[in-house]
Amino acid sequence: MKLRANLVIGGSLFALAIIVGLLAPWLAHTDPVMDANLMNAEEPPSWTWWFGTDGQGRDIYSRVLYGARVSLTVGIVSQLINSVIGVALGLSAGYFGGWWDDVVNALTNLMLAIPSLIFALAIMAVLGPGLTSLLIALGLTNWSFTCRLARASALSLRNQGYVQAATVLGYGDLRIMITQLLPNMLGPIVVIGTLGMGSAVLSEAALSFLGLGVRPPFPSWGSMLSEARDQITTAPWLSLFPGLAIFLTVLGLNLLGDGLRDILDPHSRSRRT
Amino acid sequence: MTGSPLIEVEDLRIDLDDGSRRVAAAEGVSFRIDRGETFGLVGESGCGKSITALALIGLLRPPLSIGGGVIRFEGKEIQHLSAAGQRELRGNRIAMIFQEPMTALNPVSPVGRQIAEMFVLHKGKSWREANQLAIEALASVRVPAPERRVNDYPHQLSGGMRQRVMIAIALACGPDLLIADEPTTALDVTVQAEIIELMRNLCAERGTAILMISHDLGLVANVCRRVAVMYAGRIVEERGSADIFRAPSHPYTQGLVASLPRLGSRAALGRTRLKEIAGVVPAITGFPNGCRFNPRCAQATDICRTVAPQTDVLEAGGFVRCYHHA
Repeated sequence: MKLRANLVIGGSLFALAIIVGLLAPWLAHTDPVMDANLMNAEEPPSWTWWFGTDGQGRDIYSRVLYGARVSLTVGIVSQLINSVIGVALGLSAGYFGGWWDDVVNALTNLMLAIPSLIFALAIMAVLGPGLTSLLIALGLTNWSFTCRLARASALSLRNQGYVQAATVLGYGDLRIMITQLLPNMLGPIVVIGTLGMGSAVLSEAALSFLGLGVRPPFPSWGSMLSEARDQITTAPWLSLFPGLAIFLTVLGLNLLGDGLRDILDPHSRSRRT
Repeated sequence: MTGSPLIEVEDLRIDLDDGSRRVAAAEGVSFRIDRGETFGLVGESGCGKSITALALIGLLRPPLSIGGGVIRFEGKEIQHLSAAGQRELRGNRIAMIFQEPMTALNPVSPVGRQIAEMFVLHKGKSWREANQLAIEALASVRVPAPERRVNDYPHQLSGGMRQRVMIAIALACGPDLLIADEPTTALDVTVQAEIIELMRNLCAERGTAILMISHDLGLVANVCRRVAVMYAGRIVEERGSADIFRAPSHPYTQGLVASLPRLGSRAALGRTRLKEIAGVVPAITGFPNGCRFNPRCAQATDICRTVAPQTDVLEAGGFVRCYHHA
């Protein structure tokens, strides 16, 4: 099978971000929090300080590496929560129909009507800042698209011959949903999930930028941007590198989503030998 | 075991609810199928044959519902069975083959797994055993190289192969009754014959009764011992399949038999026009009073237009629903 450029580039960028996050302790030059040294404050990028240093003399390169951990954790975990909620609600609503469908629809419309970032802000305000509340806030606010998609797929799939055949063969409702409907809608769900991860990374950056995400001094790309705001004219590298990291990760996830959409078609699966 | 009734349908009525009123899409449907017997239900599109089958297997969905009558499986009434009770029957005791082998298989699951699932679901086998049984089941429907084919996805199989897989799934648990709803309509004529032969042999070996539903009178008469002809929601004639060709009794059946092209006949040679039944099937909401065939019937008299005929038992066996039957 021909490998598609978007899949390769997107997959590599995403894989790179994951590897960087996992291997941060070994790749980093200094400790991201403790190795502050005012003697090295605001050094521009050089051979010693690859990405430069910030106002407290901390190595930006090391901080960006560690920041990947937060961004990716939030991106993956919160989107996973979203996907599970969205698929569970949408699939069951589309399959059963009736009052349950009405309830789920109303809930979805409600979620779509409120801007998700504002909703996440409200949840963060209640739970207080921190990684766990960030995961919960973003995990509860972005499932409506997945839900819509799962419901629409379930609606069209439940009238397929093989779903009726499964009923005739004595499958129960849950078994039909899991073995017949879910695998057939997984392609678009995975694509939406990948794209959603990208936007979760962005939301994390936004919330951290507003001071509601991971608490300083621990680095996250969003909070680094936030701290760099004052020095953007004097030390642009402070905002450049975390911004670039966000950009490349989100770009990678979007390309990956596109590429997955192209290959996740059962008809392109080749025979296993 | 042949001779004891497997499934009995008495005076079944199926309602169609279009929101404002209920009309009977089928009514007064009665028949019985013995163990290991082959029974055919013939009629044109919309005559109620498929919904009768769905009623048997408990799959009528709104706007359709059972409006009355009794369905007995092995002497027990099953028309009001709970969802769990129906699932117990479906697939395990009563199985069904559909018209479209293209869409009746899950496209993202290898066919072997779909067969194996039946053993896991109804017989409580482990996946390991079930996979072995699936290979045997594929071999029994004469799929070549079954140990390789179990890993194939449905789109990698031809229409005939898919229908073989459907038969393997349907017969996996050794059901007592196989409902075949137009099982070969979507297939080539040559493949059709093979599939029918296969289905008939496998069912005969296992003592599985067949309820075959088709618009193809010739095919049904070939496979089944007895045939019932449906018209506009009622069974108009039920006979042994040889009798129905030799001496059709109801005017509708007579018309059907007369309209079949015969090899070597003048019509087949193109010299005369093939006979047809004049008129069209009445709409489900506008069935005529009395006998529903009366607007199209040459022998119709006043009573045909007012009072629906009851069933007359024929001396030669079978019954017919007509005042003027031959």
